[in-house]
Amino acid sequence: MSAAAPIQLRLRLRYPRASQDALALDATLPGRGITAIFGPSGAGKTSLLRCIAGLERAEGVVRIGDETWQDARRRLPTHRRALGYVFQEASLFPHLSAGGNLHYAERRAGADPMRRAEVLQLMGLDGLLGRYPHQLSGGERQRVAIARALLCRPRLLLMDEPLTALDPARRREILPYLEALHHSLDIPILYVTHSVDEVARLADNVLLLENGRLAAQGHASDMLPRLTQAGDEQAGVLIQASLAEREPRWGLALLRFDGGELWAPDGQEALQAKLRLRVLARDVSLSLEPQGRSSILNRLPARIEAIETSESAPQALVRLRLGSTPLLARITRRSVAELGLAPGQRVWAQIKSVAVVR
Amino acid sequence: MSLSAQDWAAIALSLRLATVSTVVLLLLGTPLAWWLARSRHWLKGPVAALVAMPLVLPPTVLGFYLLLLMGPNGPLGRLTETLGLGLLPFSFGGLVVASVIYSLPFVVQPIQNAFEAIGTRPLEVAATLRAGPWDRFVSIALPLARPGFISAAILGFAHTLGEFGVVLMIGGNIPGATRVVSVQLYDHVEALDYANAHRLAALLLGFSFLVLLAVYGLRRRRPALSL
Amino acid sequence: MPPRPGRAKRFTATLCGAVLLLWQGTSAAHTALVAVATNFAPTLASIVEVFQAHSGHRITLASGASGKIYAQIRHGAPFDAFLSADQAKPAALVKAGLALPDSRFSYALGALVLWSADPERVDARGQVLIRGDFRRLALANPRLAPYGVAALEVLQALDLVETTRARWVLGENIAQTYQFVHSGNAELGLVARAQLWRAGQAAGGSAWPVPASLHAPIRQDAVLLQSGRDNPAARALLDFLRGAQARRIMESQGYTWPGA
Repeated sequence: MSAAAPIQLRLRLRYPRASQDALALDATLPGRGITAIFGPSGAGKTSLLRCIAGLERAEGVVRIGDETWQDARRRLPTHRRALGYVFQEASLFPHLSAGGNLHYAERRAGADPMRRAEVLQLMGLDGLLGRYPHQLSGGERQRVAIARALLCRPRLLLMDEPLTALDPARRREILPYLEALHHSLDIPILYVTHSVDEVARLADNVLLLENGRLAAQGHASDMLPRLTQAGDEQAGVLIQASLAEREPRWGLALLRFDGGELWAPDGQEALQAKLRLRVLARDVSLSLEPQGRSSILNRLPARIEAIETSESAPQALVRLRLGSTPLLARITRRSVAELGLAPGQRVWAQIKSVAVVR
Repeated sequence: MSLSAQDWAAIALSLRLATVSTVVLLLLGTPLAWWLARSRHWLKGPVAALVAMPLVLPPTVLGFYLLLLMGPNGPLGRLTETLGLGLLPFSFGGLVVASVIYSLPFVVQPIQNAFEAIGTRPLEVAATLRAGPWDRFVSIALPLARPGFISAAILGFAHTLGEFGVVLMIGGNIPGATRVVSVQLYDHVEALDYANAHRLAALLLGFSFLVLLAVYGLRRRRPALSL
Repeated sequence: MPPRPGRAKRFTATLCGAVLLLWQGTSAAHTALVAVATNFAPTLASIVEVFQAHSGHRITLASGASGKIYAQIRHGAPFDAFLSADQAKPAALVKAGLALPDSRFSYALGALVLWSADPERVDARGQVLIRGDFRRLALANPRLAPYGVAALEVLQALDLVETTRARWVLGENIAQTYQFVHSGNAELGLVARAQLWRAGQAAGGSAWPVPASLHAPIRQDAVLLQSGRDNPAARALLDFLRGAQARRIMESQGYTWPGA
């Protein structure tokens, strides 16, 4: 697919006897890449996906590029929409083996041996095909489910919190597969999640939902800071950088971005490669002067934009800017008071750990 | 086993009746069970209650009213006469109709429960994989409901095989057409011919037990379908 | 402790005596449990009503198929007397030592009628049977019911067995036979005359009273059972059945009194 036409959504969903709409949304989503649909429980994320799929009857318009799935005149039933849907719990057919489940999709969408081989390899399913769902682990089931959704040649892939039902070990196991998916697929993916971590690692764009309404929309790196709160362990930022230099002696690479330069572990990427970095708030400390000798490699000048505190918690979240790049730092309220930190002030940010996400 | 020719004829007739009735019940009962499992229409309650009625009606009462309904003065009887089918009482066809009504809940309810147990998720998944409504029914609902179908068939067959009260009322005891085993047994007892009664009863019990044993044994060997 | 125990004793005795008196009714009044064949049950109920008014005894009736009652008695059912629809079962009970031999007697004679629910179907001389102008002929199962045996004898006497056999519909008992005809499912049937005379008049339709000469008499026997041996009420009822009042009631309901 060349120029990816955007996805248009105008949806109103109201349940019988309800006093207001469960979902009221007007948005245009990019026609490629992973768009994360983020929000607290009950925000309507799953409802949105189900409306797009036609599993719920909403009023409005659903247009995927040049295909109209729903408008004022007609509504295509789910089985006529060229979509792939991965449900929260794998939902494999229990009476079919893994291979049988995949075959089910192929039989109805048209089999393509090359595509099948590709998908099998992508999801690492060789050797699993003969097993039945109850003989597979949660992670394996989910991978089969994703493969099955891919094999029905969708124009749009919908994923409803595919990792939420898995334990952390399984989640870690599957994430690389999802990242690989992102690289090799050129169809848009709508990915519902309430995990900031997943957004950080996978999303290109973010749609923020609150109470069934669109609260915000934008690129992941811009949106990420908004998604976090002071007490959130995963609070952090994404920085788009390019690899400027390598220092093989120390196994480090210098990454340049708008706002400065950072040292990070060398992942053997090529020079000038575009990388996404993640910096967690808890790995950032602040000082009023550049320190003397210290073990922390990355020390950058930054300006404080805002300080968020709450009476009961000992910690505060400081929102900073490195040039135009946002940065978050979590420090104690006591330090805020003792250092006399205030918005507008210039400080030095000491970044202890930088993770290259992609 | 020294059973009379009449006894054997009664057995053959009963087996034929049970088989035909079970097949008819599965064909009629499946769409009915599907509708009951999925519908949220207000009619669902009354229909479900009607289906369950044969469970609480005494068979002889049911048979008596069928006798009236299917007779020349009853609506059903008038219908069959207009269609050129004659009257249903005293015929094999009449017994099939009566058996179907009498065993209806025993077939519909297991199938309905099996359909309900499937839930909506597998069908939604199938829809996202481009399966239309009939396709979903055949490729997902039927296979997943298989244990329910097996139960329904066994129960329907066994129930019809043992049916007595209804047959008594509308059968007329015609050899080869309506003289089924249960009536034959009853007649032996009534005529104080206990020896023949014991022989026939033993055969009937033995046969039923073997059939049920075979089918229930088969079910256990199937792998568990965890939904 | 009340200081006059004598008074308490007397009071209790009086109370017991009063209860006993009330329980028994007037002097020497007894109760009996009587089993009766279904076809005769309504008639017996009418007879018992009169009997109870006269004698002060109380009779409880249990009706059912003769075969069933027979089996129950053989297995210890506490009946005092049994009015069967045939002669065979009382005879068998006597033979088995469960009934008193010299108490057995024929209390009624049954009569057959060829009947149709259709008022035009049956002619006054029963020619419709010979003409063969019907789809189904209902009769009681000869293997089980005395009325069926008689019906078969009638057909044999008229030489119609082979020509009608394919159109027979057998009722388990005479009551079911009646149902088949009444509902119209069998155009014709050989039923008991008593069934038609229930309301005192022929119950609609058309009928031909079958001449008694065409079949062996349908004698219905009664017998006193061992458990009723010393029961005055049971004995009294059996005697009453042989009297004129019982006879009048029976004949008004379609039975013939056997006489002698």
